[in-house]
Amino acid sequence: MQVPILKQGAYLIATVQSALTDEDLKQLRDALVGQVSKVRARGVIVDVTALDVIDSFATRTLRDVAHMIRLRGAETVIVGIQPEVAFSMVKLGLSLEGVATALDLEEGLAYLDRKVKGHNHEVRTHR
Amino acid sequence: MRFALIADEVRVPIDSDADIVSARQKGRELASHCGFPSTDLAVVATAISELARNIVRYAVHGKIILRVVDNHGKRGIEVVATDDGPGIPDVALAMQDGYSTSGSLGLGLPGTRRLMDEFEIKSDFGKGTTVTVRKWKR
Repeated sequence: MQVPILKQGAYLIATVQSALTDEDLKQLRDALVGQVSKVRARGVIVDVTALDVIDSFATRTLRDVAHMIRLRGAETVIVGIQPEVAFSMVKLGLSLEGVATALDLEEGLAYLDRKVKGHNHEVRTHR
Repeated sequence: MRFALIADEVRVPIDSDADIVSARQKGRELASHCGFPSTDLAVVATAISELARNIVRYAVHGKIILRVVDNHGKRGIEVVATDDGPGIPDVALAMQDGYSTSGSLGLGLPGTRRLMDEFEIKSDFGKGTTVTVRKWKR
């Protein structure tokens, strides 16, 4: 099951539609890291609202996505982790340390706007 | 078997990545039929995911057996993950957080123990591994 990736302005939005296999997760990771530079995106949102399980492999892959994209100079935010999924992740011992998360798509967009605008401002002041 | 079996067991062969997803979906369904609250459905599904992935990673082939069990009127779900793979040379070590021989996060077994109410592991080096976990309805 491939995850559709939409471009919206300077952002890429990947919306997970159904359960993902390990192979699907790896494909999503590679597609996002590739697309970021291709479309010169400043931010990436991964919407996981539809996921009913985020296990150790999914966590590691999402963390890798965020770190790889940061190395490409863009920001990632994971949105829509369901309450019972969050509960299971913490019990299992998983965390998304160093990865931005937000309640939903709207909050995720607001987060990226703040991040990206802040970054522009920084660049301008250095000139 | 220590507990009364309530319904027919569900057997899911585990041979590939895709089977991990179907095992956890079947487990969630069974737990849902059993009347578990939604938090526990996610917990059971996550535990099954970790156990099934261990089979794919380390043993390649195996199976997940799902059962609804009863202990003096208390309903629960039992998950047995069994394979005839290489076995675990040092079970105590494998139960430690962060220990992994595959480059994973090393949380599968200790994390699964934290998720479920009961956890039993039997591994014969060279012969295979069987992990049995249970979650009881509160």
